[in-house]
Amino acid sequence: MEQAFFTLQEFMTHTKAVVYLLMAAALIGLPLFWLFLTGRDEKKRTF
Amino acid sequence: MQQISASLKNAAKPSVWTPFNIVAGIIIAVGLVLTVIRFTGGLGAVTNLDHHTPWGLWIGFDLLCGVALAAGGYMTSAACYIFGLKRFHSAVRPAILTAFLGYALVVLALHYDVGRPWRLPYPIFYSQGTSSLLFEVALCVFLYLTVLFVEFTPAALEWLGLKRARNLVVRLVLVLTIFGVLLSTLHQSSLGALYLIAPSKLHPLWYSSYLALFFFVSSMFAGLSMVIFESTLSHRFLHHKMDEHHIEQSHGVAISFAKAASFIMVGYLFMQMIGLAADNDWHYLTTGWGAWYLVEMIGFVALPAFFFAVGSRERNLRLIRWTALWAVLGIVLNRLNVSLVAFNWQLPADQRYFPSWMEVGITLFIVTLGVVAYRFIATRMPIFYEHPDYKEQQEE
Repeated sequence: MEQAFFTLQEFMTHTKAVVYLLMAAALIGLPLFWLFLTGRDEKKRTF
Repeated sequence: MQQISASLKNAAKPSVWTPFNIVAGIIIAVGLVLTVIRFTGGLGAVTNLDHHTPWGLWIGFDLLCGVALAAGGYMTSAACYIFGLKRFHSAVRPAILTAFLGYALVVLALHYDVGRPWRLPYPIFYSQGTSSLLFEVALCVFLYLTVLFVEFTPAALEWLGLKRARNLVVRLVLVLTIFGVLLSTLHQSSLGALYLIAPSKLHPLWYSSYLALFFFVSSMFAGLSMVIFESTLSHRFLHHKMDEHHIEQSHGVAISFAKAASFIMVGYLFMQMIGLAADNDWHYLTTGWGAWYLVEMIGFVALPAFFFAVGSRERNLRLIRWTALWAVLGIVLNRLNVSLVAFNWQLPADQRYFPSWMEVGITLFIVTLGVVAYRFIATRMPIFYEHPDYKEQQEE
């Protein structure tokens, strides 16, 4: 069901909160996906 | 004896009546007739455009898809010349050629679409609408087409044997690449930003204040996928024109580009979710439009991203090549959704736009011209091989 917002403040608080949670998920998810992508690459010798 | 020499002559000269030539010839002949109708009878004679939908298939497919799929030019040259990934060097010329022809055909398609095509140079030379996004797009496409033409010229100059001119242009390559990336960043995003003017016409699932960002980021994986797809076709039909160096590098190019495309696609999915969250559009996902949006996002972004990832991990070229076609179709679907399908979504069905067969015919005509031009150039100029006179220079 669509959530009712009575003020712009309520709308912004709600949407910003969800965006922040998604940003956190992206910050964790993207490096993990990168590890999955490069998991079988030959390791570069740095020494 | 005469019979033998006649049969030898026939064997040496391949027949012009190949299936490709026949099909391309028919499409071009029909396209020329439609061109005459378009330029003598006006837009109304060939299109279903009206005041509700002034931008139809020619903008949605020829322009938006053409520009997005030509992004391989700036992605490949930036990887090679700016980030120094020389292992992609062999992919630069085919990508630049695809991009150059793509943009040239975008401008050709615009001649059909605008009411008074002879006024196309006006925004650049006569009346600059500096507050308009369309002016920025026009300026960037004009400049970038020029940049792509100059970037393409070394192949033509090598073919013509003009060494001094070729060496002069090659010295400009880094400047041209930087300029190309800058212009692409600007107009790829501005094409999406054009739709910001129509919040009441575009469905909320596709409308977002991040539309410019979506267009730019999706152009990156569109370009990478197109380079893989174009390389697949070239390997199938122009393999005999490739030197060993090109064939050796092509597998690595496909695997690395698939990996990059996969990562960008996952980032794009996160951005789309953030776009939905910022406008609180989640409830639309349970509607019919939501189902269509999920088909685009899951079926044509998430799944290709997953298969690109699996393909690059397992070095499965066959999977990568099929996925590249899938991702290219996904970009076409996205651009058509924004410009046609989800545009004017509130109108009753009988007032919605659907392209006429003549619009589809002219689009096919323009795509066929591109394929014929690509084949003409790639079979004559050093696109898939290094010219023997410059081999050492290119290896440096």
